[in-house]
Amino acid sequence: MANRWKNTLKESDATPESVYLNRRQIMAGLAGLGAIGGAASVGLMSGSKPAVASTDPLEPNTLEEITSYNNFYEFGTGKDDPARYADQMTTSPWTVKVDGMVDRPGDYTFEDIMAKMTIEERIYRFRCVEAWSMVIPWNGFELADLLELAGVQSSAKYIAFETLLRPEEMPGVNFPVLDWPYVEGLRMDEAMHPLTMMATGIYGRDLPNQNGAPLRLVVPWKYGFKSIKSIVGITAMDQEPPTSWNKSQPREYGFYSNVNPEVNHPRWSQASERRIGGGLFAKRVPTLMFNGYEDEVAGLYAGMDLRAHF
Amino acid sequence: MSMADRLNGVARKVPTGAVYLLFLLPAPWFFYLAANGQMGVEPINTLERKYGEMALQLLILGLAITPLRQYLGINLIRFRRAIGLLAFAYVAMHLLVWLVLDVGILSQIWADILKRPYITVGMGGFALMIPLAITSNNMSIRKLGPKWRKLHRLTYGVVLLGALHFLMLSKGFQLEPLIYAALIGGLLLTRLAPPKSMERARST
Repeated sequence: MANRWKNTLKESDATPESVYLNRRQIMAGLAGLGAIGGAASVGLMSGSKPAVASTDPLEPNTLEEITSYNNFYEFGTGKDDPARYADQMTTSPWTVKVDGMVDRPGDYTFEDIMAKMTIEERIYRFRCVEAWSMVIPWNGFELADLLELAGVQSSAKYIAFETLLRPEEMPGVNFPVLDWPYVEGLRMDEAMHPLTMMATGIYGRDLPNQNGAPLRLVVPWKYGFKSIKSIVGITAMDQEPPTSWNKSQPREYGFYSNVNPEVNHPRWSQASERRIGGGLFAKRVPTLMFNGYEDEVAGLYAGMDLRAHF
Repeated sequence: MSMADRLNGVARKVPTGAVYLLFLLPAPWFFYLAANGQMGVEPINTLERKYGEMALQLLILGLAITPLRQYLGINLIRFRRAIGLLAFAYVAMHLLVWLVLDVGILSQIWADILKRPYITVGMGGFALMIPLAITSNNMSIRKLGPKWRKLHRLTYGVVLLGALHFLMLSKGFQLEPLIYAALIGGLLLTRLAPPKSMERARST
């Protein structure tokens, strides 16, 4: 069942790409006239209050921004490495191996999946654990729909995900930055939440390789590294699955990794973030609890100590 | 005439002012690129990192001067003060970008310096450089006498803190900071085992 969730961010209708790509110049012009207010102008107008409410209209980042500044360590640790090297990755044919506690395990081709899913657009905030953020117009489907397709059993409590590991196409995996392949996981209620999606596109076009083609997870209330890219494996299980960053630095990266301005990373503050696209003189903006999706997801963690379960 | 002699001949003709100019030029150039959208979509971090890397590279160059003379007979000692002061300038610019453009929130700056170990280490390195920069002139050398040499051994502490700072701020197990650390470590090791005879180095 698609369309369970309605965008709180504006721009829900498809907007011609030329409009997106030119928006920054248009806004810069308007800001000069002092003609606009709201969150979108934070980086442009000094003295204006930063956005704090999740319902503030936010401008999506440009396609260039979204595709040129990425973390995808399989292609290198530099922010521009994915844009430079990810086109070496073969994304067709593509198979997702679905196994574990499901009624219909098997190798699902990308085409099989796409034929059965309803694609919709979701404009989400994206907050990296490194304290930068973007607003991204994803296309995709709800993970819950895919899990229904696979027939997840009621005894399953967690979903584990795995990224492609293909050293001949991924220069970054020759160095043990992390224990490859990249793995991630969600608790079942997180996985089934209507905000949780599998993205297959951005701005109405196929997902670029550096953004995790052909399909990736998007969990907008968690730090970006939870939104695992280029998925080849999905496993339903009854135990908490290992996750890559948690294995690498358990003190710094927890299983939950919910965006939380009150719980700092041991090495840097998470209280504020820089929105990509503001240029050299952009100010930081306050980080929102659950990345602005508190109303939708806070209930999942009722009674949990979010400092202990960071 | 040996390779080292020829290099020394060329180096003698280069005025130190040219070294200052050559190494200072990237600073405004990087800033111009960052301010004009030519340093990627997150220019603040990129600029910060460029200045920081430049500082580390200059520190490594400064550390290499003594072993270059001892082991290869290449004498660049005339440029060492310029290189040290340039390294200090780049550390200062790196710090300024972090203070003004990156964080920009005074309360958060203090919290970061005290609570974030990699920032504490970086600030420590900067603090150690201040007395070195202040005493990088002929008058101080004359006044301090043998104490000047002792004081300037603080450079070893500075480079160690710089290497550590870079290692600590990286996410995961990354190659680049390890290369810097290895270079710095290697150059410091040459101090522990200097060549037996300086005469031999000079005569080759």
